[in-house]
Amino acid sequence: MELIKRITRGNTRAIARGISVIENNSDTKEELIDGLYPFTGKAQIIGITGSPGAGKSTIVDRIIQFERNNNKKIAVIAVDPSSPFSGGAILGDRLRMQTHATDPGVFIRSMASRGYLGGISAATSGAIKVFDAAGFDTIIIETIGVGQTEVEVIELADLIILTLVPGMGDEIQAMKAGIMEIADLFLVNKSDIDGADRLKSEIEYMLMLGPENDKAHTPQIKLVSAKNNSGTEELYNTMFKQLTLFKESGLLDKRRKERIKMEIEHIFIDKLKDILNTRLNLKENMGIWIEKVYNREIRPYNFVNKKMENLKKENLL
Amino acid sequence: MNKKIRIVIAKPGLDGHDRGAKYIARALKDAGYEVIYTGIRQTPESIVATAIQEDVDFVGLSLLSGAHNELFPRVVDLLNSQNAGDIVVFGGGVIPEEDLAFLKERGIEAIFRPGAPISEVISFIESKTGSTAA
Repeated sequence: MELIKRITRGNTRAIARGISVIENNSDTKEELIDGLYPFTGKAQIIGITGSPGAGKSTIVDRIIQFERNNNKKIAVIAVDPSSPFSGGAILGDRLRMQTHATDPGVFIRSMASRGYLGGISAATSGAIKVFDAAGFDTIIIETIGVGQTEVEVIELADLIILTLVPGMGDEIQAMKAGIMEIADLFLVNKSDIDGADRLKSEIEYMLMLGPENDKAHTPQIKLVSAKNNSGTEELYNTMFKQLTLFKESGLLDKRRKERIKMEIEHIFIDKLKDILNTRLNLKENMGIWIEKVYNREIRPYNFVNKKMENLKKENLL
Repeated sequence: MNKKIRIVIAKPGLDGHDRGAKYIARALKDAGYEVIYTGIRQTPESIVATAIQEDVDFVGLSLLSGAHNELFPRVVDLLNSQNAGDIVVFGGGVIPEEDLAFLKERGIEAIFRPGAPISEVISFIESKTGSTAA
């Protein structure tokens, strides 16, 4: 595949096309990903998540600058939501990073979620592989502005940064399950406004209540004002210090293997779904089944179990 | 296959009047397109780099400063020189009627002037997508 060669040589147009192939679920997608796979595994992948307007894109803009000062090649995948009504999207994250638009060492790609839940898009994992194979040193995934449960970025990144801003509630909010549990690095942004210090101590308090972490895995907390560029260099250094610790402690390998497990499971489930769709002709039959269940003529589990038995009998499963 | 039409909406030049650009971005989102919005004060170089990285089908330029005869053709030329001449460029803004023929000749495939209904923009995009869909 010519495209694979051009991607591994770092050709911009080929990288862009490759991501589209994956995003559009084109026929050549599997061949492309498998072809790129031997060239992947070198890049450091950083996930940055947080609520809408917390400053994720501005933080990413600052990180790009530090990476470029160190002569590193950096790619950004910025995900924004697709409309549940029209399917369209406004992809506005790169607006905050446009000063880097013409730098050949920086590649920014906006992605719409296209109905995928979890804060990323279905194609994000594939896009990471394209950038990795193309020789980028660092890949940043900026999630959708998330709520409490969109944590799927942990299935993609080596290090997770959670961006928080003051004024989002008390320490009970910080103790809740979900997003607060996935961070390796808590970033309290907008440190120039009131309440930033309090938020920082609430997170510290919450972490203190937790079980004794070993030193390598203790989440860090950083006060930053991305807008005023204060605290950003310390944030940048902390990120890479943590990544080094993860590498030395074996956590990085553990995380990457966990990711491969998830990926294989996803591929199996997708393939099984395709099989079910064709074997049961879901497109045509679903309407009829809905009516029957709605009218209480059949019961959901009983009905599905019968269908599955039939498939087994016919050796179709 | 699940191809989506992707469009960059950008404001080249120095004027900061972005209401039109935001209006069109939002309307195209509502029409089901993926719109990459770059904001104001973009150079032709940054617009073209964005269009290529984002692998878009269209670039929509909004300009109210009067520099359209300079900046619009520059975007088309840069796209061509980077082997991306397949990306369709259209424009909008306060553009005098006497400039329309020149812009068309320089490769800006449509110009939407004040008062143009959004349906006109959408039917232009639809008429072109046959030829740009990968």
